Amino acid sequence: MPNPGPIVGTSPLRKEGFGKVTGHAQYVDDIVLPGMWHGATVRSTIARGRITSITFDPAVDWAQFCVVTAAEIPGENTIVHLTRDHPCLAAEFINHPAEPILLIAHPDKAALHAAVAAVKIAYEEQPGVFTIEDSEAGACAEGETQNPDVSKIIWDGAAHGGSANTFKTFVMRSGDDAAEHDAALAAAFAGADLVVEGEYRTGAQEQLYIENNGVIAEVTRAADGAIESVTVSGSMQCPYYLVHALTLVFGLPAEKCRVIQTETGGAFGGKEDFPSVIGSHAALLAAKCGHPVKMTYDRAEDLIATTKRHPSRTRHRTAVSRDGKLLAGEIEVVIDGGAYSTLSPVVLSRATIHAPGPYHWPHLTVRAKAMATNVAPHGAFRGFGAPQSLFAMERHMDKIARTLGLMPEELRRRNLLGTGMKTATGQHLSDPVDMKGMLTRALKETDYHAKRAEFDRTNGSATVKRGIGFATFLHGSGFTGSGERRLNSLVKVELMRDGRPRVLVSSTEFGQGTNTILCQVCAQTLRVPYEDVLIAQPDTAVVPNSGPTVASRTAMIVGKLVERASQHLLTMLAPYLTFPDPTADFDYSSACEVPAGYSPTDFKRAALAYLKQHGALTAEARYEAPGNIFWVDDKYKGEAYPTYAWAVYVAEVAVDTLTYAATVTDFYALQEVGKVIHPVLAKGQIEGGVAQGIGYALYEKCVYLDGLMRNNQMTNYIMPTSADLPPIRVAFEEVPSIHGPQGAKGIGELPMDGPAPAILNAIEHATGISFTEIPLLPEDIFERMTRVADAGSDDLNAVDRDTRSEVRA
Amino acid sequence: MSAIRLRVNGAEYAIAVPPMKRLLDVLREDLKLTGAKEGCGEGECGSCSVLMARGGQCAELVNSCLIPVLQAESAEITTIEGLAPKDAAKLHPIQQCFLEHGGAQCGICTPGMILATHHLLAKNPHPTLAQIQEGLAGNLCRCTGYMRIFEAVEAVGRAVK
Repeated sequence: MPNPGPIVGTSPLRKEGFGKVTGHAQYVDDIVLPGMWHGATVRSTIARGRITSITFDPAVDWAQFCVVTAAEIPGENTIVHLTRDHPCLAAEFINHPAEPILLIAHPDKAALHAAVAAVKIAYEEQPGVFTIEDSEAGACAEGETQNPDVSKIIWDGAAHGGSANTFKTFVMRSGDDAAEHDAALAAAFAGADLVVEGEYRTGAQEQLYIENNGVIAEVTRAADGAIESVTVSGSMQCPYYLVHALTLVFGLPAEKCRVIQTETGGAFGGKEDFPSVIGSHAALLAAKCGHPVKMTYDRAEDLIATTKRHPSRTRHRTAVSRDGKLLAGEIEVVIDGGAYSTLSPVVLSRATIHAPGPYHWPHLTVRAKAMATNVAPHGAFRGFGAPQSLFAMERHMDKIARTLGLMPEELRRRNLLGTGMKTATGQHLSDPVDMKGMLTRALKETDYHAKRAEFDRTNGSATVKRGIGFATFLHGSGFTGSGERRLNSLVKVELMRDGRPRVLVSSTEFGQGTNTILCQVCAQTLRVPYEDVLIAQPDTAVVPNSGPTVASRTAMIVGKLVERASQHLLTMLAPYLTFPDPTADFDYSSACEVPAGYSPTDFKRAALAYLKQHGALTAEARYEAPGNIFWVDDKYKGEAYPTYAWAVYVAEVAVDTLTYAATVTDFYALQEVGKVIHPVLAKGQIEGGVAQGIGYALYEKCVYLDGLMRNNQMTNYIMPTSADLPPIRVAFEEVPSIHGPQGAKGIGELPMDGPAPAILNAIEHATGISFTEIPLLPEDIFERMTRVADAGSDDLNAVDRDTRSEVRA
Repeated sequence: MSAIRLRVNGAEYAIAVPPMKRLLDVLREDLKLTGAKEGCGEGECGSCSVLMARGGQCAELVNSCLIPVLQAESAEITTIEGLAPKDAAKLHPIQQCFLEHGGAQCGICTPGMILATHHLLAKNPHPTLAQIQEGLAGNLCRCTGYMRIFEAVEAVGRAVK
């Protein structure tokens, strides 16, 4: 049997694809266990206050139900993320609408609705804090002597490493010495030709995976009644996060908490931290009622109770020279974290580092903070803070260009980062970076200049105004800063009894192609057919902790570990390989140097011979931080990410001045992502991300009233359908990175960052109106386009109002 | 509760269920056909789509979460499980094209999307892109941005030429 050709870079069939196209794949709601009960959650009906009484309607026969309260939690009443401020069940205080208070289980799911309604909870209500500005009123800003409004303090963060209402703050300075840097920055502003200011806002966004959150929990007890094991199966991204959560809620060691990922119907970050909540809840019910308990949310509950993308407000103040050089910048990024800290500190971190965009800044200070509000906690969603701060940066770049009278591409060309330059955290870009070349290519392939000229010529009297705009951006691959060092991920590759290799990782498949690409990397390294490689279901009793499936880290970080573990496996098999010259001296640790004569048949023969002699073989690889990667947490400096993916996205829009609807009519996405492991899956990732980005910009609005999402249905939370999207044209450039297998970098989050600013830049070109906030719905465009300056006392020209440009003679 | 007669994937069933029980629940709970999924429960997402034919007429694509089972009595229902026999080595061409062209990512919308494609192609074997976009607009997919799905549908059109 000849060696299989290259496997990485081809598009074999998705590993678990057969089950998906035949409908046989088992998602959590498809699984029924014998004797299984169903669980439901009693939630708060207020945003903020204190529980004064809980009464159970005597009309219900409560003996048939299992009810769990906060007081019955065997361990700590907390859902652990980075802090322990988030209760598993509210015991006394309510901090957001739909906060879980009680859990109820019953053998018949249909009986639960009435039971939940029959629990009457009385509250002493307090006024809620629902906006960033309201939350700031209760915070005492760093270095300021203002008097906070104590009635608005909703999170007393001293015990959790924050301050009143402030989960986390970061200050990122491009200079090394703070005082010197601040002085140089002030001098740069003082000497600049122009100072351009702007404020940009983004709204909450729902992940809208089509499979809602759901789990099944089972608890076994020893003869003395003590809990022996807690097992939770379900839809999730990070099985080991849930293990950690269970150890605290149950006060059990990790080996007694087992978590299994079932087929997962979309996640996008929405199943990163939330399964710790629903998983703990189902396990508490299972522990009390003695039956397996399934908890699956319906859409309405999923939308009011689970995490969404953080709303944000970003302010830019930029010193520029007349010839279009960025001289200095001050950026303030504020995200609304919701009621509890959850993942907000790390979302804020990615927002902070991506805030400067792909540009060189001689002097830059970014100040960032995550604020508390009485809204269900915001959490992970593809992009993780970067879409928010990059939206602001890329809209602001177009504003600076307009202010200077430069073309947007010309301003960028004069400031883009390139090979050998330093980012704002002081990271030296040693890998080749050719953003200028990519910009040229993207503008050429979209016929940008001709279209711009054509639209400028024809828009004047047209009812439908057309525009073209773009965004240039980057996205860091892997955990931020020291994250990967701390994760210390472990990957194993073992031999099955028939000699086939099996990959063991906790990295989960939820559509992106984890199973497929990791098997490709293993097959390529071992030189065996892709079809021969297996991958284990993520079950914490079986797979090692290869880290969470987040942060564009799976292909690059975990893929590299799979490659290394596969190399180790090959090294261990070396004595059993029978190619022509077994004494030949070569380096098995390099996949490229497997000798001539080695074939898949050879591998299988060696594998079986090894197993016959030793019984089993497992090879492993643990993350080792590259020697040239350092991050200093307290100074917020260094290599923020091992490497970055780079992109230029171009959007073409049509704005109908009769219906006020903006439509994206063409979309071109060019990115440099290192080696593309699987071209079909990679294209799918970009197209799917762009579609979500188009939704983020133009369709998807979470409408909150008193902190509760009111449009919690697919009928009124609108995501793009197949009829709403333009052609999405995807192009890759491949500059291999040493950090990923065969040179691959992260790809998953990148396409979420660029569409929104590219689209709003195009809308500005079409209409001449500078919109600064997303989502931008037809009613928002209507509102702005139908306002007339003399109709009220406000200065109604948004273009002027938000351009506090100071032009110095 | 009198038995309701159903014909699903070519097999006859007489099941004693409340007449207003949703067809989706009957399929999933009573017949253990879990290929149809509930995404929204209000006919928006299409992940519960099945084909329903009556009296030899062309099958209609319906949201099984909106159909009381009584309404399906004596109709011919086809679910994803009926498209290719479970033990068949060969997939239906639509399934094969979805697999090859990346039309399935997380897979939760896939059964409904494949049945919607089946419905579309039965009426129009060689649809234009605009007709595909229109024909699948009742089935939401959050993963793909639909482009791989369009390619898969076009590939089926080419395969059956």
